[in-house]
Amino acid sequence: MSMQFDEVVPVQEAAPRLVEVTEAPMGAVVLKVDNLTVRFPSDEGPVNAVQNLSYEARLGRTLAIVGESGSGKSVSTMTVLGLHNPARTFISGSVNLDGEEIVGASQATMRRLRSAKVAMVFQDPQSSLHPFYKIGSQIAEAYLAHHRVSKAVANKRAVEMLDLVGIPNPDRRAKQFPHEFSGGMRQRAMIALGLVNNPLLLIADEPTTALDVTVQAQILDLIKDLQKEFGSAVILITHDLAVVAEVSDDILVMYAGRAVERGLTKDVLARPNHPYTWGLLESLPSASENADSLKAIKGAPPSLVHLPSGCSFHPRCAYQDLVGDACLSQLPELRSVAPGRLIRCHLPDPERTLNPDPVLNDHSETSHQEISS
Amino acid sequence: MLIYIGRRIVMAISVLLVALVATFLLFFAGPADPAQSMCGELRCSQQKLQDIRHSMRLDRPVTEQFTEYFKGLLVGREITQSGSIQNCSAPCLGYSFRSQREVKGAILDRFPTTVALALMAMTVFLTVGISTGVLAARRQGSGLDRFVVGFTQVFGAIPPYIVLLLFALYFTVLYPILPRTASMSSGLWPWLSGLIAPAIVLGLITSTGYVRYTRSSMVDSLAQDYVRTARSKGISENRVVYRHALRAAISPVVTILGLDMAFLLSGTLITEKIFDVDGVGRLTIQSMFQDDLPIIMGSVLITAFLVVTMNLVVDIAYSFVDPRVRLS
Repeated sequence: MSMQFDEVVPVQEAAPRLVEVTEAPMGAVVLKVDNLTVRFPSDEGPVNAVQNLSYEARLGRTLAIVGESGSGKSVSTMTVLGLHNPARTFISGSVNLDGEEIVGASQATMRRLRSAKVAMVFQDPQSSLHPFYKIGSQIAEAYLAHHRVSKAVANKRAVEMLDLVGIPNPDRRAKQFPHEFSGGMRQRAMIALGLVNNPLLLIADEPTTALDVTVQAQILDLIKDLQKEFGSAVILITHDLAVVAEVSDDILVMYAGRAVERGLTKDVLARPNHPYTWGLLESLPSASENADSLKAIKGAPPSLVHLPSGCSFHPRCAYQDLVGDACLSQLPELRSVAPGRLIRCHLPDPERTLNPDPVLNDHSETSHQEISS
Repeated sequence: MLIYIGRRIVMAISVLLVALVATFLLFFAGPADPAQSMCGELRCSQQKLQDIRHSMRLDRPVTEQFTEYFKGLLVGREITQSGSIQNCSAPCLGYSFRSQREVKGAILDRFPTTVALALMAMTVFLTVGISTGVLAARRQGSGLDRFVVGFTQVFGAIPPYIVLLLFALYFTVLYPILPRTASMSSGLWPWLSGLIAPAIVLGLITSTGYVRYTRSSMVDSLAQDYVRTARSKGISENRVVYRHALRAAISPVVTILGLDMAFLLSGTLITEKIFDVDGVGRLTIQSMFQDDLPIIMGSVLITAFLVVTMNLVVDIAYSFVDPRVRLS
């Protein structure tokens, strides 16, 4: 906890917390997802939303989870908060949050952890804030749920949080309703709500998708700044690789409910080792090129009820011919290609195949720089 | 806010005026001789017929009759009856020659009973309707939910008078568990306890609508993003359901509550008849059988007034329920 934060939020020290948060050093693993599988029943059959997914989030680091709609990125993180209807969801595997197992945990346990240890910022701040309650009281409610303090103290804390996320006139704004806020201000308020209990892990589920382009960068900067200040782990769910390049340390690329590539963001974006990641990068618009050169990945994401045989990506993969039948019949294992670098692909040497010549490497380097600038 | 309410009141008054003209024309400009039917006696004395005709201005053009009635409503008027002149103060709803008394007095006498019955029934249908609706919505798709939906469909499809009759028969006659109705003059408790039986059955019949409205509104609201946000705060599930989901789901319930209360307050004809409740509804029925036009007109006007007023109340209530509603 930095000095600056102490000055802004003196209440934090005095308020007795109902949940003791362990003081962990930077880089410590706070969330470990191991072999997670999530299935929902549907009229057509079970929906395989997430299969055998493993990842971890560390204090002070940002993990980006990337993929198209329906790739399971949101579903996997909703599990961390236990927000799935248990009657209609099959969950197996392990989700360990700061030493506590979440899969199969009781509602009481989940209530204790939510907001106190893990908080979520949702995609659309317009629909995620209750339209009938004042912003300040919505934030104070989360604080009251985990601290034995009076309403007045909680309201004061809410105003301080609004100030912290850069909302001008926080005193006055706290007494306003969500519809009196602009989109960007609402998302700032959502972030204030997420951080009010100083959680170990903040999950931001496409936090900028519903916002104006001009506001997106501000919100990302805010998340980055607050992470430095709070030292929490951040999981950023997005389909926007430009965002990934700008703010994340680690990246997990998901396709059809499975991890297809994992590694450090700078490595993965510079030299993608999975055809899908490469396709995502290729489909990024670049200012230096003609619009004609935009390459979309052909086809559409598969149905999660009827997954393709073998590698789920094979119907859309441009490199399938290089491998042959294995892609159609056999699901590739997640294998390590370099330290900390995992891919799920049959290509014998994806590093060389996907990044064949220095020219292409330069190209992806430039596009990377453009993204991050 | 005040400008909005003022404008709504002006609109409400104009609606009432239209209702007034319409009922007046229906009853008085029709082909029947109102004086004869109002008199009530088979051989009505010429003197009495003349009294009636004169007091209603039936011997004058329709426009003048209406002016007289309208004037009575606003400032009161004088009514000639068997030679003597009676002063009918504003709002004068006319004079019932049948029962030989002022319409306003006849209705006001019975109004407390109707109001008590309406409020007791409201307590029943709001409690039963909302709690059952919330319960079904929380367990959407479960056996309980399907039973609630099916039962309210079936129960709501049975004509109310059958349910009312059977309930009255079983609980006040065959197995007299619940007290029979009593008049206001027999004391407060006997009077109120006599209303329990009709209030319960009236409340149960009305509650089917509230179960369905609450359930569908809650199913919708429970799926909203802000309910997920509420849950992610680590607050209790009951708080999530009642403070967050139900709070947002209550608007459509308020809408139908306003209209239902308007009709309940203007008298429940069948219920009051079956349970012998001496309320506005039974008065209206009696007046219909006796062709007592002034009283029928009076109760129609009061119904119109209540419907318009309750709508106004609902609109104003919205601004308290939903802060996004700007009254302007």
